[in-house]
Amino acid sequence: MNNIKNRLGRDIPQELSGIGTLRPYEHPDKRTERCTALNDKLCCGKLVSNLREAILNSGLSDGMTISFHHHLRGGDYVLAMVMDEIAALGIRDLTLCASSLTTAHGCLIGHIKSGVVTGIETSGMRGALAKAISCDCILDKPVIFKTHGGRARSIESGERKIDVAFIAASCCDNMGNMNGCTGKSAFGSMGYAMVDARFADKVVAITDNLVAYPACPVSIPQTMVDFVVCVDAIGDPQLIGQGATRNSKNPVELVIAQYAAQVMIGSGLVKDGFSYQAGSGGISLAVARFLKDYMKENNIRGSFASGGITSAMTNLLEEGYFQALLDVQTFDAEAVSSLLKNRRHMEMDAQMYADPASKGTVASCLDVMILSATEVDIHFNVNVLTASNGVIMGALGGHPDTAAGAKLAIVVAPLLRKRIPIVVDEVVTISTPGDNIDAVVTERGIAVNPAHPELEERLIRMGLPVCSIQKLRDMACQLTGIPEKPRFGENIVGLVEYRDGTMLDVIHNVLPFSS
Amino acid sequence: MNRMRTMLFCPANQPKHYINAPVFHPDCIIFDLEDSIPPSEKDAARDLLCEALLALPFGSSQVCARMNSLRTPFGEADVRAIVPAGIRFLRLPMCESADDVSALDELLGEVEREHRIPLGSVKIQCSIETARGVLNARQTVSASPRVVSLSFGAEDYTRSMGVGRSTEGTELLYARMYLPVVAAAAGISAVDTVWADLGDTEGFIQEVQQAKSLGFSGKSCIHPSQLSLVHDIFMPSAEDIESAQNIISAMKQAEAEGIGVVTVNGKMVDEPVVSKARRILIQAGKGDDCNE
Repeated sequence: MNNIKNRLGRDIPQELSGIGTLRPYEHPDKRTERCTALNDKLCCGKLVSNLREAILNSGLSDGMTISFHHHLRGGDYVLAMVMDEIAALGIRDLTLCASSLTTAHGCLIGHIKSGVVTGIETSGMRGALAKAISCDCILDKPVIFKTHGGRARSIESGERKIDVAFIAASCCDNMGNMNGCTGKSAFGSMGYAMVDARFADKVVAITDNLVAYPACPVSIPQTMVDFVVCVDAIGDPQLIGQGATRNSKNPVELVIAQYAAQVMIGSGLVKDGFSYQAGSGGISLAVARFLKDYMKENNIRGSFASGGITSAMTNLLEEGYFQALLDVQTFDAEAVSSLLKNRRHMEMDAQMYADPASKGTVASCLDVMILSATEVDIHFNVNVLTASNGVIMGALGGHPDTAAGAKLAIVVAPLLRKRIPIVVDEVVTISTPGDNIDAVVTERGIAVNPAHPELEERLIRMGLPVCSIQKLRDMACQLTGIPEKPRFGENIVGLVEYRDGTMLDVIHNVLPFSS
Repeated sequence: MNRMRTMLFCPANQPKHYINAPVFHPDCIIFDLEDSIPPSEKDAARDLLCEALLALPFGSSQVCARMNSLRTPFGEADVRAIVPAGIRFLRLPMCESADDVSALDELLGEVEREHRIPLGSVKIQCSIETARGVLNARQTVSASPRVVSLSFGAEDYTRSMGVGRSTEGTELLYARMYLPVVAAAAGISAVDTVWADLGDTEGFIQEVQQAKSLGFSGKSCIHPSQLSLVHDIFMPSAEDIESAQNIISAMKQAEAEGIGVVTVNGKMVDEPVVSKARRILIQAGKGDDCNE
């Protein structure tokens, strides 16, 4: 046996049968600096003095990919401040990979025009930026729209490599342990950012609430973070989401919600242990109220509710209607508070939520999913990405993921919005394939996908206003007439990627209506 | 007779109401040309109602219009426009005497003849809204065979009485007890006044329950959220429906067999019993069961 002395003078065999090659101890990794009570925060951590230093330290250079999350919603200050700093450093040709882009991100128009940003991948886009891309073709490459699950899949697989992730946190310590539940800019779950932190080459945490080590709770741990920056404010609390989500009093929405709850009940899926997800819109919240009445009357206790979590859902948890909440995105302050104090209200990342390449998603455990729609067509295809006029104004979010995963995917939408029919011959953009939609519920009728005749029969027996999707289309057209279709140009401004990475649809630039 | 559990008020100058009102399935939608429409918008609201009547479906809901009084500059114009456009049911506001109804009856006859509409097609609901109207109600509802219903309006009534509105509604008791009696005697339906406090659902439910017990057949409503509460309260019980169906079928069978005296469960069935059974089935939405 050949031995070798390690740094401490001990004989270590170079190789052992059944174990293999052994490496002798060579270097101590004890840190060299010595801290004092006065300067420990500065010398012990990853804190850098400003964003510029963090960007420089991250090694960001031309042609790289950067990422952001959208948990701060319309109140986000971080993306704009980082992009301004990057632009000032003269870095160009970046691909921006965001979990979504909101009305807070109009600053990107300038950065696109100046060549700082040359590619965008996102779940959605709204406001001035979306209009500039749709109508003015300011970006040479099409925006790639990904579902929340599809984004996680592409990052995890390496298909989308993130060079530097900029992660806003409402609470962070000097080592990068962070959460979104505490601090003046609290926003709740960090579900979408967790994936970026896990797979990005460099991670920069940006907070307006630097706390003593260790931050508590830890949503993203220090093991994943390279640099920490403290700024004055990461967002506008008023726009991040305040108070409790309000219940709808819109009578049309209430009719739709009541029908949707009855469809759920008619499906037979609402029983002990069932699972449920709905959005934060007025109809979805009202569905939860009707659902609660039924669960109470029939003494039913659900398993979990998931997705974007509102105070409506946390109330159901506290009242015992569900055993747990799985939260990828928190919508209001009351729900943020619940995430902090209720152990059964759990944070989940986007991979666990919906990554189709993972070993099991929450989306695929869902019994019932309530989905919204900008448009639905007679093939049950849903558009949540572009308006009826063709302009980008929405987000795929987890829509296609949950529609695919849930046993019963119900689209709820008014038959008309203002004077625009919502059930149409052909949606402008397909964001969720009709194969995955089981029923469309409007205030004037319920259409069941012909693939489920047994569900249709049940609903008819319940006395619900069931009709074909073509009949819904006809009813809408009778009231509105046939609207003029948007005029599209030749440029492809957006690619709609399905969750598995295949292409569902393309979005063309919108031309102005001819006078 | 149609069931008239709910009459949902919709200001006639707001297009969205024409589209959305049928979604809530009121027994009757009442498009208002009167109090909710400012004078400057009367013409536009009337035109909109006419267009809507010609173009839009209203589902299973009956459509009514609350016209302006014939004592105003707008009432006659309302009738001359909306009857040819398709209105067959009018609520006549501020009915105080038989003369009010006779004047409308005469005008309707003229318009029906002019537009080749079968004479008597347009029905009237008399809105009783003043102390004088209450006292004259018997004569008022008997002034024309077009009158199929009366309604009570508490706001103007309390004004005419010089009293305020209370939560308990004590000041309305006399009128709310008397008018259903007038309606029953005339063989027409009676529809109770609106409940304006949308935040007080319990008070609303109590008032609807009281209306039912006083003999009203329905209630005027100002918001869709009120409809299902009224429908539930005015829905006869399953036992009452079954009993009514038994009475009607026994009566039909006896008529077919030429038998004079009918008994159901050992009790004799006479005309008042049959009438009550018919009313129950109409309220239950099973009016077809009692058609002969």
